[in-house]
Amino acid sequence: MLSVENVAVELPTPRGNLRAVDHVNLTVGAGRTLGVVGESGCGKTMLSRAILQLLPKKAKLSGRVMFDGQDLLQLSPEKLRKLRGRSLAVVFQDPMTSLNPVLTIGTQLIETLQEHLELDQATATKRSVELLAAVGIPAPEQRLTQYPHQLSGGMRQRVAIAIALSCEPKLLIADEPTTALDVTIQAQILDLLAREQRRRHMAMILITHDLGVVAGRTDEVAVMYAGRVVERAPTPALFKKMRMPYTEALLAALPRIDAAPHTPLPAISGRPPDPTRPLKGCSFSPRCRYAVARCHAEKPDLAEAETPAHQYACFHPIENHAGAAA
Amino acid sequence: MLFFVARRLLYLIPVLIAVSLLTFFIASLLPGDLAYVILGDQATPEKVAALRHDMGLDQPIWIRYFGWLGNILQGDFGRSFRTGQTVLQAVTERFPVSFELMILAEIIGLAIGVPLAIVCAARSGGAFDRFMTGSAFAMLSLPAFLSAILLIYLFAVELRWLPATGYVPFAEDPAANLRFMVLPALTLALAEWPGIMRVLRSDMIATLQEDYIALAKAKGLKASRILFVHALKPSSLTLVTITGINIGRLIGGTVIVETIFALPGIGRLLIGAIYTRDLIILQGVVLLVAAGFVVMNFIVDLLYAVLDPRIRHGHA
Repeated sequence: MLSVENVAVELPTPRGNLRAVDHVNLTVGAGRTLGVVGESGCGKTMLSRAILQLLPKKAKLSGRVMFDGQDLLQLSPEKLRKLRGRSLAVVFQDPMTSLNPVLTIGTQLIETLQEHLELDQATATKRSVELLAAVGIPAPEQRLTQYPHQLSGGMRQRVAIAIALSCEPKLLIADEPTTALDVTIQAQILDLLAREQRRRHMAMILITHDLGVVAGRTDEVAVMYAGRVVERAPTPALFKKMRMPYTEALLAALPRIDAAPHTPLPAISGRPPDPTRPLKGCSFSPRCRYAVARCHAEKPDLAEAETPAHQYACFHPIENHAGAAA
Repeated sequence: MLFFVARRLLYLIPVLIAVSLLTFFIASLLPGDLAYVILGDQATPEKVAALRHDMGLDQPIWIRYFGWLGNILQGDFGRSFRTGQTVLQAVTERFPVSFELMILAEIIGLAIGVPLAIVCAARSGGAFDRFMTGSAFAMLSLPAFLSAILLIYLFAVELRWLPATGYVPFAEDPAANLRFMVLPALTLALAEWPGIMRVLRSDMIATLQEDYIALAKAKGLKASRILFVHALKPSSLTLVTITGINIGRLIGGTVIVETIFALPGIGRLLIGAIYTRDLIILQGVVLLVAAGFVVMNFIVDLLYAVLDPRIRHGHA
């Protein structure tokens, strides 16, 4: 239903062009969930903004974003507007800043419904109450007249999800929907998203820096590093046998509940490469513990592995089980 | 909300007391004894001393202050020793002129500044934005006496559309009144709109970077709704502040514009009082004008709360 083909995003900066997204290919089928994982600055948010066409004005975007048979990059602004919020919805990272502070929850919900569905005020209000109840907000009628600052962070993110779900979108992009929330709320919000995704049979892209988040909740995972997809596989296959050293390092960096107290976390040493100065070789090679001379000289392509649908970009994929490597 | 208003009103009391103190003491610092001013240079010392005693001028200054304040609290602001008119009479006679001028100037200023700011912010960095920002800067540096003369030359002398000077009360003939008011109001508005535009434009540009604007776009809302509903209200706090300050400033009339266009407003009253050393009028009018300024700022505070619910609920 959504296919991202060869999408690249370049941002002009004073130090030269910054390649935020480097020729990414992804697909999501109807009713399927794709996890996009990577550390901060790897281009996952830029990728989501590229799909939504919400990039900064100066950004240069190339490639194709096919959604329901039409290329979003070629659509007229008016057609794109009718698609956004209606078929293509988004939940942003920080619910403290993504809701308008001077408009009531009710206004922000109802305006979306009325923009796309031509409902009268009474029906739209009724729908809004149902939506708020569906995302687990107590006393939904009273919330309609409240302002965002009167709600907790978790409640605000539920409101943002209700807004995203309001017009029954075909695809929901959730851009780090739990990063700004308390740990205790994170699982609730993720479960809510997963439940609504199944119930409404919509496709979802779940963007996160946390491999643990995608583990049980996605059908497929794409791991991004320095603007590129470096490994892509069905979720069970990935966790069974990850091939890319970066994926392994990401997993190893997760705190484990069964580790002894005060065990140091194996953080990935070094920093991601400067995106304004692309490396000649594999962009992970400076930080990779398996890297050899070829890794520094040549960029590996994203290629099919022996298992179908498992792709990775590495000359020296890991052979043993991921758990053992950590 | 009621609590918010009550608390703001309480803040007004010390401010007004400070205003009355400053007004009284600054007026008493002016050179020249009031008794000499009234009696003229030829007065004998005995007559001066008698008058000083009658007027209470021989009392210590703080006793005179409390006497003055006590009279004011009873509604007596004093009386001009020249015309015999009370301060309140003089002000109520002149105030409608300055008030109308102020309202018209602000309406014209906002009507020019606000739409330009929105258009410039929506296309910031574009050719129109750069042209308007430059023009606003040029207009800002144009002094009122110059724009007044240019407007008079264009509309009164060359085109002969509007009268250059004069005044008719609104109640007497509204159409004629407006014809007299257009040029002075336009002169003031020409100095108002650049500030309005620059402040609102930069606030709008900042607001348009916010996440909630990106979300409003992602919701598929129309561009006009995003600009006017989602962006304008959170961007208008500074605009309300400067409009409030401008209005407060113009409540006291504008000496230059009222003089050029021969409008009998507060500004002319003040200038007249200074020239004739009419200290009672001066003192009373300055106090009333300052009080008007303070009350205007109180209204601005209330408007903040109307615009931003977080202020209303005591969160910010």
